[in-house]
Amino acid sequence: MAASELPLRFHQRHLLGIEGLAPYEIRDLLDRADGYVDLNRRGDKKVALLRGRTLINLFFESSTRTRTSFELAGKRLGADVVNMSVSTSSIKKGETLIDTAVTLNAMHPDVLVVRHPDSGAVALLARHVNCAVINGGDGSHEHPTQALLDALTIRRRKGRIEGLTVAICGDILHSRVARSNLFLLTALGARVRLVAPRTLMPAGIGRFGAEVHHDMREGLRDADIVMMLRLQTERMRGSFVPSLREYFHLFGLTYDKLAVARPDALIMHPGPMNRGVEIDGAVADDITRSAIRDQVEMGVAVRMACLEVLTRGLRAAA
Amino acid sequence: MTVGRRTAFLHARLLDPAGGLDAPGGLLVEDGRIADFGPGLREAPEGAEVVDCDGACLAPGLVDIRVQFGEPGAEHRETFASGGRAAAAGGVTSLACLPGTEPPIDDPAMVEFVARRARQARLVKVYPYGAVTKGLAGVALAELGLLAEAGAVGFTDGARAVADTLVMRRAMSYASMFGGLIVQHPEDPALAQDGVANEGAVATRLGLAGIPAQAEVIMVERDLRLVELTGCRYHVAHLSTAAAVEAVRGAKARGLPVTCEAAPHHLALNELEVEGYRTYAKVSPPLRAEDDRRAVVEGLLDGTIDVIASDHCPQDQDSKRLPFAQAAFGAAGLETMLPVCLELVHTGRLGLLQLLDRLTRAPADLLGLEDAGRLRRGAPADLVLFDPEAPWKVREADLHSLSKNTPFEGRLMQGRVLRTVVDGRTVFERATAAAGA
Repeated sequence: MAASELPLRFHQRHLLGIEGLAPYEIRDLLDRADGYVDLNRRGDKKVALLRGRTLINLFFESSTRTRTSFELAGKRLGADVVNMSVSTSSIKKGETLIDTAVTLNAMHPDVLVVRHPDSGAVALLARHVNCAVINGGDGSHEHPTQALLDALTIRRRKGRIEGLTVAICGDILHSRVARSNLFLLTALGARVRLVAPRTLMPAGIGRFGAEVHHDMREGLRDADIVMMLRLQTERMRGSFVPSLREYFHLFGLTYDKLAVARPDALIMHPGPMNRGVEIDGAVADDITRSAIRDQVEMGVAVRMACLEVLTRGLRAAA
Repeated sequence: MTVGRRTAFLHARLLDPAGGLDAPGGLLVEDGRIADFGPGLREAPEGAEVVDCDGACLAPGLVDIRVQFGEPGAEHRETFASGGRAAAAGGVTSLACLPGTEPPIDDPAMVEFVARRARQARLVKVYPYGAVTKGLAGVALAELGLLAEAGAVGFTDGARAVADTLVMRRAMSYASMFGGLIVQHPEDPALAQDGVANEGAVATRLGLAGIPAQAEVIMVERDLRLVELTGCRYHVAHLSTAAAVEAVRGAKARGLPVTCEAAPHHLALNELEVEGYRTYAKVSPPLRAEDDRRAVVEGLLDGTIDVIASDHCPQDQDSKRLPFAQAAFGAAGLETMLPVCLELVHTGRLGLLQLLDRLTRAPADLLGLEDAGRLRRGAPADLVLFDPEAPWKVREADLHSLSKNTPFEGRLMQGRVLRTVVDGRTVFERATAAAGA
């Protein structure tokens, strides 16, 4: 059944985060995304769902990967897509963000996709526009479409999410991907382990249903999924972690450490990767274990699904 | 020096704090290990070398957890060889050395260097601390994980405090992942800035810039809050003030994983020692007011202070023969540690077994040195034979350290090491007045 024929279960006005979504809403998005995966593999990838509609990618933080993914998603649905990159140096916090929102709003976009370096900034902006807003990543808070595409990847490869053990490893402290994944995977019944040095583990994270580990071998034991997060090398000035080589020694994914996970454990990474820092190059390229390329493919489909449900009101009114 | 396969120490006063033993008896060493010991051991087996202790005390070799060597970078002050001889002459068989060398011990390769050079000296057992921060600069964490794997027994920036609160927090958080021990020189550098002596009437009269007692307790209390936050094991080095002792007492009562040590010079001496601008009495932290000294002794007696460590800090003549403010901090202490501490026994403040506990079992346990600090069948034979009553005078010429900067110079001591044994081998013997080779 084509994605747009599925009964609508998602009723939120925006997609600002995973926290607060009901499991059936998450499944609705994943089921729709499944349909778009098939569409994207066809020769003619276009449907006219958003023809005549305007999607603006408003990125206050640079990103080629996510922005391109949203751009493709919009265009394949027939929308007009505009990319706005606002450099952080030309934007003061607070007031100017709202000014930007109000200005854009006057141009009547149908969907805004927003990425901002400050947690909560996208929600703030959403209060000042009439259209639907998708959070493309706000600070260290949430990146809901990433968690959705990760979940879709897992579901398609493993057949389910419930009951799986997922180990998320890396700089959890600063990671919105970790948080969104934590919320989504626990909502759908997976067992989530977080693995990081203590200096990169946020306080109180255990309260959200995750098992906290500082020993990677303990964290990976019998895991079904190993999700590696990029370590931002600018943090390697010795304040959070002493050095790259010590980090790789203790927390880098190698075959040796991977051996304690299940033999069919899947390796994931939101990208881009630092080879030799959080993941050994050979492990990352191992096509029998790595789902990293699948994740990118799922990304466009998931974003098409999100655009579809968030613009339902426009089609109902028409 | 005789190397016997079997050596019997007879007619000794056996002392083992870990086992609560204080009784006349003997001890048999076989192949470098303690084969047997106890009150019943009165005869040597056939073919064994016999050492007649003639009533002298035979105890586990002392474990000194705060020693600075000059190798690498300042070999003229102390090498592993000269330091080893000084340790042996002081009855110390195991020691932990600070990372304040040049280059500092902030890299796993340096840990291995220290271990190798100490092995080459073939005297006493040396365990290196690793640095908390790279270059001891207090900014970036050193590779604590790799240092621990290379053999570092704990982490410290030596004579420097880790001053930045966030850096200390992260160091504790990180080290706590593998049960690491952080040792702090407790001194707020801003308050201590140009100070060279204890802030008070004596320094004022002499015109010397003072370091207030608060510089110590402020750092200790700050760190104790971080221990609450992180659960990291924490050890306070060379406590010198009543306030800091009290702070540690309270923290222990609250169940925090805190331990602390005192140096012999803070137990025995006060700020009056700097009279005459005696630079051999210039130490960090400084010799304090008499009230503080007494509080440190009380802390040792009531168990608040877990360990006595020499804080051996060798300085050459050029660094000390200067106006007081310019002279280097530090006192050599390996060879005077035991006799200075025995003073507490002689004055009836502390029992001999209790004192030895602070010098053997307690420091060994703190650093997890399972074979050290106790008499145990099968353990390596690391022993000290000493006469607790023998009088002697501290003379520069008699010291084995390359550096002679002891504040006890010229003093009469009571108590002297007669022989020191490591792995069954005599590394120091008083009778020949020379260290073993």
